[in-house]
Amino acid sequence: MAVKVMIPTPLRAYAGKQESVEVSAKTVGEALKGLTDKHGDLKKHLYSDDGKLRSFVNVYVNDEDIRYAQKDQTPVRDGDTVSIVPSIAGGRQN
Amino acid sequence: MATKSEIAATAQPENAPVTLTKKEIERYSRHLIMPEVGMDGQLKLKQAKVLCIGTGGLGAPLGLYLAAAGVGRIGLVDFDRVDDSNLQRQVLFSTKDVGRPKIEAAADRLRGLNPDIQIDTFDTHLSSDNALDILKDYDIIVDGTDNFPTRYLVNDASVLLKKPNVYGSIFRFEGQITIFGDPNGPCYRCLYPEPPPPGLVPSCAEGGVLGVLPGIVGSIQTAETLKLIIGKGESLIGRLLLFDALAMRFRELKLRKNPDCPMCGTHPTITKLIDYAEFCGVRGEEAPAPQTSVPEITPRELKTRLDRGDDLYILDVREPHEYQICNLGGHLIPLGDLSKRASELDSSREIVAHCRSGKRSAEAVEFLQRAGFRKVLNLKGGILAWSDEVDPSVPKY
Repeated sequence: MAVKVMIPTPLRAYAGKQESVEVSAKTVGEALKGLTDKHGDLKKHLYSDDGKLRSFVNVYVNDEDIRYAQKDQTPVRDGDTVSIVPSIAGGRQN
Repeated sequence: MATKSEIAATAQPENAPVTLTKKEIERYSRHLIMPEVGMDGQLKLKQAKVLCIGTGGLGAPLGLYLAAAGVGRIGLVDFDRVDDSNLQRQVLFSTKDVGRPKIEAAADRLRGLNPDIQIDTFDTHLSSDNALDILKDYDIIVDGTDNFPTRYLVNDASVLLKKPNVYGSIFRFEGQITIFGDPNGPCYRCLYPEPPPPGLVPSCAEGGVLGVLPGIVGSIQTAETLKLIIGKGESLIGRLLLFDALAMRFRELKLRKNPDCPMCGTHPTITKLIDYAEFCGVRGEEAPAPQTSVPEITPRELKTRLDRGDDLYILDVREPHEYQICNLGGHLIPLGDLSKRASELDSSREIVAHCRSGKRSAEAVEFLQRAGFRKVLNLKGGILAWSDEVDPSVPKY
């Protein structure tokens, strides 16, 4: 199943400056694994040391937050869009 | 016996029917002729009290359009002074305002735009000590801040006071807009229970913002604020609007109230304001740990050694577009490429790494030390300090 993973601006630097990446996956977990296999630097920005999705990063399948679906196991279908949405604060440089 | 607040209420014109003067009718005629606003809506605007936290990029369109729309009372909170680098996006200010307190310049501008409304100014840092006191007098809070501690503070204070918090945030070309704090809707902590640790947020290398972006995002926040006041339309409560100016695309995600939210869930564990600097892992001006643990050289020491003809290899770990702004003639390897390109460096030579402020180069020094480089120094304070202490002709950015 080909799904499109949308990379937010702050994380594009760790994903070859791409806006989105196409991966083949059946679940959100697989889609994100496909993404971090291609772009290893993204891993520490998405996951904490214990392998959990970081609490300032949310993941959506189309417009649904996976925390209210089946989390990592949320199924994805051909043509779905997986969005990574981190918190952004504004312009302060610190 | 009447309580103090009842006496105040009867003494206030608030209980008298609110009307528009002839001049106000002329000023707001384009609102009045629309049935969605009309006289009822304009009178609601006149009686509304909105607090804008921050008078910067987001605060500019907020202040201007709220004042122009006739919102009767607008509070402004900011502690900063107008700076040259603000003028690229903070359109409340003019070149002549540089150096003035933002609050003062903003209030002048808004009073000039609409003398019939009340502008309250709070020339202060919003903090756990003053937030509830400042927010309590307003109907709607609009968050136009630029940092995580204040965002969580504004969220928590709004939830505690049961006031809607019209949220907007920006990064480079991208914006997020929604409304938090509605009793039936989510709060910021439902969306993001915790802030990113300081080391993981994009560094100053990836910062920056397209000047018009806060104009667009702040204008959307204003539209949501005006709709809340007049009670019309479909609000962004429960929806997160994402805007990408580069792709010129809007997307919308569903936001849900998290029953386990520590702030607004069914069993809240946060019942008062906390220490937000600690919560966000930032402690005022304290330097982050890596910066203090690596060997450093001050700009003056570096200048002396270069003048003396010492063999020093200057390594610039910034991005190529930053190198174009100004440079010290160093060898450019962006921090993100250093692991791949470390072989370009000669470990027998003494290396001085620098960036803009000294944070990224501290990471570079730490990395190189681990990679076996013995003689690596971090230029303390980066190119900013070099400009201050050695060569003022180098522009600061």
